[in-house]
Amino acid sequence: MQLFIKKYYYGDIPDDNSGGADNITSNKNEKDWPLWEVFIRSKQGLDHKHAGSLHAADAQMAIENARDVYTRRNEGVSIWVVESKYIHASNPDDAESFYEPATDKIYRHPTFYDLPDELKHM
Amino acid sequence: MQLQDFEKLFQQKIDTEIKVEPKDWMPDAYRKTLVRQISQHAHSEIVGMLPEGNWISRAPSLKRKAILIAKVQDEAGHGLYLYSACETLGTSREETINDLNSGKAKYSSIFNYPTLTWADMGAIGWLVDGAAILNQVMLCRTSYGPYARAMVRICKEESFHQRQGFDILLTLCKGTDAQKAMCQDAINRWWWPSLMMFGPKDSESTNTDQSMKWKIKRKTNDELRQQFVDMCAEQVKILNMTLPDEHLKWNAQTQHYDFGEIDWSEFWNVVKGNGPCNKERLEARRKAHEDGAWVREAAAAYAEKKTSKQQSQAA
Repeated sequence: MQLFIKKYYYGDIPDDNSGGADNITSNKNEKDWPLWEVFIRSKQGLDHKHAGSLHAADAQMAIENARDVYTRRNEGVSIWVVESKYIHASNPDDAESFYEPATDKIYRHPTFYDLPDELKHM
Repeated sequence: MQLQDFEKLFQQKIDTEIKVEPKDWMPDAYRKTLVRQISQHAHSEIVGMLPEGNWISRAPSLKRKAILIAKVQDEAGHGLYLYSACETLGTSREETINDLNSGKAKYSSIFNYPTLTWADMGAIGWLVDGAAILNQVMLCRTSYGPYARAMVRICKEESFHQRQGFDILLTLCKGTDAQKAMCQDAINRWWWPSLMMFGPKDSESTNTDQSMKWKIKRKTNDELRQQFVDMCAEQVKILNMTLPDEHLKWNAQTQHYDFGEIDWSEFWNVVKGNGPCNKERLEARRKAHEDGAWVREAAAAYAEKKTSKQQSQAA
């Protein structure tokens, strides 16, 4: 018997069929609910922070799903959701030139100034 | 720039431990490997709810029932974290889930074994979740940002799973002779399949280790498996139980436990779909998906109606 053993990682099983039916009754007209990005404020006084994303039919359902998916252990006191299609992002390919203006202005940092040690409270 | 230059830059980035984010350039093979691995991992969480769901209605006390429900709910959540990480690579959720339901996509073979007794809930928590945690802790440092972040979240929640499992076994092993026997029987049945969760031996791997080079994975199958054996060989003593391996022995030279050979023909048999529960698991997933169709349709219709109402009010 010739057995090709490929490297098998957890969650990385080869692609051949696992024995299920080949065709699945899937309603082709059925569309995914829109994708929403979830932002969570972990406690009063802190910013909302990106937690992940999920699918929901509308905003109300997105908030309720976000509660169940991302705050099962009191991780949040407030949730924002926004449909992912409304998020605009900077382009990583342009990062070098885009952030360039900030790189050579070291005088914007307090450590740039070499002041005498006797100087207190500054 | 040529393609090779992009690939070189990409590897440099990996080598200097800079994480890859969704919009960054990445080799097609890297993307493909991740989509496969993350979706399989997600499917494993989702299918992993089934063996335990089997015992929710029969848990021995209200406390155990509440705990088991919370654990199964966590697994649904973990599946969702991972599906959303997978989606950042440009696949649709629908496609990913259809691949599971059609049998095209794989999930961890461990969930194709049946849960025969209540002690299996303990053995799964201790051994199966224990093995999963070792993988997942390593994956917290994987090179793809969204995957790593999902893993950090999962690891935080997962240790409760392992501890509650050990707690179940600890209770049983202090019980009647029948309860002790049930505990040992569950350990006997879950031990070898748990070792198989780490995959074939490193020496039997024929392809070069691209996943390690890309730092998707940072430890080899054998390294993780050895770590797991060392851990469990000590923990089982606290239960006053044994692991079903006559070759299991402390090796003072290597400072590790030696252990017996895994039955790889069983492993491949289950991967290929001939495990005790492969069919049943997929049918359960498909049924859940089909039975839920009307809910998805109704929610979509309701959302649409609300939007059109808002629009007509605004007009």
